[in-house]
Amino acid sequence: MTAPSGASVGAVRDVPTARASIVSLSDVHRDYPIGAELVHALRGVSLEVERGDYVSIVGPSGCGKSTLLNLVGVIDQPTSGTVAIAGKRVDAMTDREATSFRLHNIGFVFQRFYLMPTLSALENVELPMAEAKVSARERNARAAKLLEYVGLGARQHHRPSELSGGEQQRVAIARALANRPALMLADEPTGERDAKTGAEIIALFRQLNADGTTMIVVTHDEDLANAARRKIHMRDGRIVQE
Amino acid sequence: MRATLAQASLIRHRARTILAVLGVAVAAAMLLDMVMLATGMRESFRELLLVRGFDIRLAPKGTLPFDTDATIPHVSAITAVLRGNPDVRDISAVLGGSLHIEADGRDVSAAVLGIDPKVQGDYELVAGRDVASADAIVVNEYLLRELGAKLGDTLTVATGFDAQTRTYAGQKKLVLTGIARFIYGAAEQSSAAVRRETLEAMEGQKRRDRASLFMVKVRQGANPDSVRKWIEGHIPNVTAISIATAIAQVDQRLSYFRQLAFILGAVSLFVGFLLVTTLVTVSVNERAGEIAVMRAIGVSRLHVVEQVIIEGIAISLAGALFGLGLGLITARYLNSILSEFPGLPMAIDFFLFQPRAAWSALGLLVASGIGAGIYPAWRAASLPIAESLRREAIA
Repeated sequence: MTAPSGASVGAVRDVPTARASIVSLSDVHRDYPIGAELVHALRGVSLEVERGDYVSIVGPSGCGKSTLLNLVGVIDQPTSGTVAIAGKRVDAMTDREATSFRLHNIGFVFQRFYLMPTLSALENVELPMAEAKVSARERNARAAKLLEYVGLGARQHHRPSELSGGEQQRVAIARALANRPALMLADEPTGERDAKTGAEIIALFRQLNADGTTMIVVTHDEDLANAARRKIHMRDGRIVQE
Repeated sequence: MRATLAQASLIRHRARTILAVLGVAVAAAMLLDMVMLATGMRESFRELLLVRGFDIRLAPKGTLPFDTDATIPHVSAITAVLRGNPDVRDISAVLGGSLHIEADGRDVSAAVLGIDPKVQGDYELVAGRDVASADAIVVNEYLLRELGAKLGDTLTVATGFDAQTRTYAGQKKLVLTGIARFIYGAAEQSSAAVRRETLEAMEGQKRRDRASLFMVKVRQGANPDSVRKWIEGHIPNVTAISIATAIAQVDQRLSYFRQLAFILGAVSLFVGFLLVTTLVTVSVNERAGEIAVMRAIGVSRLHVVEQVIIEGIAISLAGALFGLGLGLITARYLNSILSEFPGLPMAIDFFLFQPRAAWSALGLLVASGIGAGIYPAWRAASLPIAESLRREAIA
């Protein structure tokens, strides 16, 4: 795998010179009303993640892993408590502020890749850059470099249907890196993948982290969880072990 | 990029998009036809009245032109009165009647107009010469075929048939000098024209110095409606009808027609609207996870709304363009059927293509496309990101 030049991939550029907290959660609660019942998905979670860290969150289904990731990803808001990302409070942002924040600061990778099937790999990677109003020439060049970085330099013009599951996930990872995010979040990125593909993704994540990207991964996959530097165990909406 | 994504979304389900476009095309064709129908007859009638430049028609009091057999007496006196108005430029007195022409032992009947060829506004000569002399007659193609005659033939013509005595008021040999297209003639109607004095002479004393209709041209710059009022004030035994009043009367008579066209057009528009709304809503529901991911990676609500609305507009626009062609074809077909309607001038078009009407229909469809995109766009934009992703993960 070829590492991209520092100037071409934001994650690399964002390598911190001094260790600093990029994610800071303090006594975060998240309750969901389901029918007449109130479900306490998170019960007073506090967490600090430093720049350049690689954290995996594990635990049984329904323990609040994904809810925690959604709060860190600014796609959900806590019922109480504070969430700060890169020194900025994000727990009470308006939709417009949160959208802009996500676009420029956070990269997402999901279990299902959600690539646009009628667009090429290159065009899929360009999507967030187009949203960020990056010029066509620059986004094309940057998307090509990102695809090379994830090992798909030769498959830029292939559509998702022409790529394997692992390759599609790599395109999704390149898309997540498109706007040089400070933080990358992944929710079950190896879920439903075969062992070989899972290993490729684990290797890619290691590489990304080694190149400076702060990573938080929610997973049931022991191998992926063990690849992280920090492993956080959750149960019943609480962090129970680290 | 929004347009690219909208296109991508539409291409993904090609067959469904094509069917939706066809559905909108049918609705658009119906809408266009109804818009053409609602305004076509009126405009066509207006053009028909204006074709020879006559602004005012005078009919016997209380009637419409050629609505009855009634005639206006004292043509010479009325003409003299009309000449007294400096805004009156030309006057054409027309006497209507029926002719019986002998053709190989058969009696062929036809409608005849007694006119002054210098100022007539009832026909256009398509071959031969006009009725320059008292023994000349021009006929339409249909009558020519009925008679089996040709230009230059002498025809034995009779008028004023009395059914009780089985006699004619007058008979005369006339030379067929020309072939004409009668502007106000119905399909498959035998029509002919002679000089008015010829017809008067043949019809006898009771129709001397009489006219079924006067047609008046006003001087350029004069107000036809002022002249019409002046005529009604000075000639009490006529009803004066200007183009505007004739159109108003036509409007009144066609009001049910227009209402029907309006309702059917509105129904078509609504069906198209529902079709696009349904399709785009289904598409948005199917892509809930994908839209949630797009929102998660930083695509703004506004851009999601724009993308969905572009999809609605694209379907509506493509459907409208197909529908325009389809509407024109069906309008032409329906027009050909309706123009055979007995008693209506052939030149009347039920479906008249007017670019303004087409643009209106197109505009309405695009507006409905925007409207149709609003609900699914609102749904797409208001999808709770975390909840949608959770549902997708469970699914």
